[in-house]
Amino acid sequence: MGFPHPIHPKETPVLSTHFGDEGARTFAGWVQRGGYQALKKALAMTPDAIIEEVKASGLRGRGGAGFPTGLKWSFMPKGDGKPHYLVCNADESEPGTFKDREIMRWTPHGLIEGCAIAAHAIGAETCYIYIRGEFTDPLRIVQAAVEDAYANGALGANVFGTGKRIEMVVHRGAGAYICGEETALMNSLEGKRGNPRIKPPFPAQAGLFAMPTTVNNVETLAAVPHILMRGAAWYAGLSLSNPKSTGTKLFSVCGHVMKPGNFEVTMGFPMKDLIHDLAGGMRPGRTLKAVIPGGSSVPIMNRDEAEAALCDYEGIIAQGSMLGSAGFIVMDDSADMVYQIYRLARFYAHESCAQCTQCREGTAWTTKILERMLKGQGKQADLELLLDLADQMTGKTICVLSDSCAAPVVSGIQKFRSEFDAYLSGARAPALAGA
Amino acid sequence: MSGHAAPSASGHHEETHQPVFVGAPREKLEALFPKYPTKQALLLPALWIVQEERGWISPQAMAEVGEVLGLTPAYVKGVVTFYTMYHRHPVGRHVIQVCTTSPCHLCGAAETMEALLQGTGCGELGITSPDGRFTVIEVECLGACGFATPILIGDDFVESVTPERVSGILERYP
Repeated sequence: MGFPHPIHPKETPVLSTHFGDEGARTFAGWVQRGGYQALKKALAMTPDAIIEEVKASGLRGRGGAGFPTGLKWSFMPKGDGKPHYLVCNADESEPGTFKDREIMRWTPHGLIEGCAIAAHAIGAETCYIYIRGEFTDPLRIVQAAVEDAYANGALGANVFGTGKRIEMVVHRGAGAYICGEETALMNSLEGKRGNPRIKPPFPAQAGLFAMPTTVNNVETLAAVPHILMRGAAWYAGLSLSNPKSTGTKLFSVCGHVMKPGNFEVTMGFPMKDLIHDLAGGMRPGRTLKAVIPGGSSVPIMNRDEAEAALCDYEGIIAQGSMLGSAGFIVMDDSADMVYQIYRLARFYAHESCAQCTQCREGTAWTTKILERMLKGQGKQADLELLLDLADQMTGKTICVLSDSCAAPVVSGIQKFRSEFDAYLSGARAPALAGA
Repeated sequence: MSGHAAPSASGHHEETHQPVFVGAPREKLEALFPKYPTKQALLLPALWIVQEERGWISPQAMAEVGEVLGLTPAYVKGVVTFYTMYHRHPVGRHVIQVCTTSPCHLCGAAETMEALLQGTGCGELGITSPDGRFTVIEVECLGACGFATPILIGDDFVESVTPERVSGILERYP
């Protein structure tokens, strides 16, 4: 089950402190390591005080959007008399991203504690943890930890004797990338197809079961106990570049690097060091060609952009892409960019829920056009056609899956045009066989 | 998030449907009722129970789930077909899902998939091996990109699978 690397001196372990430590998985082990103190502290605080502390910490959503967490919590209505829900989004499916899996496998009680604190802060008595169906190990481990927490009074009708009720339910997905989109996830939890919903209403107004709901990512929730124990000022101070990006972040690095894995560094850490030092750099004789930093749904960065970027929300935007879920797909000079972009387009075509025409048709046609280029049957007009399609797919649909397919296509054509031209002119032999 | 298994030669209709939700499976489902405010929310968990019990979800089983939860068979089928992990046809004793999405593709997933198709005797994606032992399907991103190539055999998640490791891994699944 995975092999966490020894901590690199340039890492700042907070969430990853107990990765690889089997003993941290039980309730007793977690308590021994200082666990559940934050929940006890939170239960003695008012919801508003917790929200203010999280706002002051600068914590932003780690699932991809980067929305300020405390602000999101403050949108939940107060005194409305309705049941409120907290949903933990553990449907980690973004290509290149494998950080939440590590949190769930090694520190399930850290996640439960974060969920319980968040539930108290937003006035929810029930939290659903929606874990993707393929994550069999995290499902088993988190389920066991939830039962352990119930048995020890950390969950249930009277949490730690405070009279506060917090129920927690682990819900298994069944294979659908789109369920990582929060409104699709809520539909899935309700026993429906995972089609994203039109907003408004926003989840804080009418979310799960039409009740006020907050959806947070695993890594976001896992950071909350640390903020309560060590203080907002400590967390806000963890920032190497832009003060709007605070704390530590798990970066998943994969693809053509010598030491792929998860690395926890302070926001603003140089991407060059992350790739060439922490992740072990390129294979012998190879050079860096491209990085898709946000999971796959963001513009591709070329080598110069990647090596100049600082890893936080603003730093990656400054270099033409987005932080997203911070899963870096690294490609060296052996990568065929046309093929890689085709493979990503195929992913989005497979995962489109097919609700919106632009997405259903756009992802399929993008894939077909790239496929014919790779078969040596592309036409000169195809590049313009791809860009035109991408334009029709951007900003016009209920959710951003369609935009996510367009991002690597547009940036790929802009930055690696000669590779497309080589297929179109016949200078490069077809990569795919068939008529 | 995988490709679906194709119908096998053994046929994909149960002759007579033996109800799933009796005894222990029924108790398992009923224990979940208090955790959700609607019966409909039990749909995914109920379908998982069917698949654990029967290995796949037949049209008759979909109708039974509908009856238990107060949903129409057509509605249940609409949901089943949305999710790729529910098998709508009989599959081999061990279903192998291989990740071939971009990060794994960069690290040799295509070769690993080919070795699995040959090693299992399946030959093709979605086809069950003649001995009924394996079905191999492609899956989109298993979320373990740093440990290419991950595969899921039944509920066992295996990381860093290379063509060389395939025969040793398959031996563990008679």
